[in-house]
Amino acid sequence: MIEMKDVFKKYPNGVVAANGIDVSIKAGEFVYVVGPSGAGKSTFIKMMYREEKPSSGTIMINGINLAKLKTSKVPLLRRNIGVVFQDFKLLPTLTVYENVAFALEVTEEQPKYIKKQVMETLDLVNLKHKARMLPTELSGGEQQRVSIARSIVNSPKVVIADEPTGNLDPETSWEIMNIFDEINTRGTTVLMATHNKEIVNKIKHRVIAIEGGRIVRDEQRGDYGYES
Amino acid sequence: MKARTLSRHLKESVKSLGRNGWMTFASASAVTVTLILVGVFFVIMMNLNKVATTLEQEVEVRVHIDVAANKEDQKALEKKIQGISEVKSVRFSPKDEELDNLIESFGEEGEAYKLFEQDNPLNDVLVVKTKDPEDVMKVAEKIEKMEYAAKVKYGQGEVEKLFSFLNGARNVGLVLIVGLLFTAMFLISNTIKITIVSRRREIEIMRLVGATNGFIRWPFFLEGLWLGVLGSILPITLIAISYNYVYDYLAPKLQGNFMEILEFSPFVYQVSGLLLLMGALIGVWGSMMSVRKFLKI
Repeated sequence: MIEMKDVFKKYPNGVVAANGIDVSIKAGEFVYVVGPSGAGKSTFIKMMYREEKPSSGTIMINGINLAKLKTSKVPLLRRNIGVVFQDFKLLPTLTVYENVAFALEVTEEQPKYIKKQVMETLDLVNLKHKARMLPTELSGGEQQRVSIARSIVNSPKVVIADEPTGNLDPETSWEIMNIFDEINTRGTTVLMATHNKEIVNKIKHRVIAIEGGRIVRDEQRGDYGYES
Repeated sequence: MKARTLSRHLKESVKSLGRNGWMTFASASAVTVTLILVGVFFVIMMNLNKVATTLEQEVEVRVHIDVAANKEDQKALEKKIQGISEVKSVRFSPKDEELDNLIESFGEEGEAYKLFEQDNPLNDVLVVKTKDPEDVMKVAEKIEKMEYAAKVKYGQGEVEKLFSFLNGARNVGLVLIVGLLFTAMFLISNTIKITIVSRRREIEIMRLVGATNGFIRWPFFLEGLWLGVLGSILPITLIAISYNYVYDYLAPKLQGNFMEILEFSPFVYQVSGLLLLMGALIGVWGSMMSVRKFLKI
């Protein structure tokens, strides 16, 4: 599913954020990416959806080499990858429904299909009743659920989440984790960068620890491994 | 692109104008201010040019033919003049016609000159027009040297002054228009800088969910178009109304001075079309500039 080989990334300012990463993630896996701030987690994640290009090495997703992917093909890649952020990245002027439908409109789907798909996804994240509200009228946890709904509405094979619980209180964080678990059990690969020790230690999944741009630990059903 | 997508872009662009209310207002205002300046200036320039052209068209060289010349000498002179490369036309005006013109120009008092009809003291005249009015001096000089050209007149002194004034006015106009265009660019690019900040998130999210650059550009393109069109409404109205007043006031006063300003129709319609086009172009240009920055993947 995801295969990184000998990936290096050096930024123009000289920072080396990936220093020879080799990793293989199978379809349907749930993977935590942990590590101290500035260790290269974000770069690792960003290279997965081609926000950053590796300086050298190969990144294969579904048989496509991201290192060689033409810029014009990036949108097509993104349609197969859902991305969730710490700060939700919702459009404040659009309703919940419109925010989620946005991801399908860009692919020029049939309006009927969009409506059905959006309502089903909103149902999955328990927000069907708030479809007409604006993001600003929702709590942080609800906003994150909207953003998750947007990331999975086009049924991507991979969902990438960068600190999705970073802005949420512990209780809400559990709700969000339950949704990710649900998505994962439906067969979607989930890749999640996180600083949340409790979650990683309680909901056991594969843990990849990154430090200084290298993978220093890779365990099935691992622990967070850092003092939080 | 599917028709459904185009209609989505259309709807989206109109909605977006409302959503970004103040930004819409600011951008449209920038376009408005620019177009008012450009429009007023353009109207003045065009009219100045019109006045200049009418004045210039009055400029001609009058060649008095020596009384000693016979028909053939006259024809030869006419041919020679026609041979000068700058000359556009030569018209023969017999002395009787000259006298009629003279009598007419004096009005009632001209009656007195009718006595001369028996023994016309005037010369036959060749009226020479040049291709470029500014060449009259040169042409007059050449003709002066020819045989049987008794007197060559082109309003010496006056014509030179007129031309130097008109050229000066045109140059000043050109400098002002260039300056105005720079101001306009500055004004609009500044407004765009503000707009960018508020829209970058939108573009970022569109890119994240897999929108192609073309798909992202469309609503912005249309939005820029609406902004430009919105921004041109006020300048067009303003110019149409005020030109109507100015024309009614000025035209009668200028009549009889060899001066003319452009008539309301079709001039104002042409200016309106031009302003609308400029507004649309400025709007689209500004909008595209702001998106371009965020489309580099």
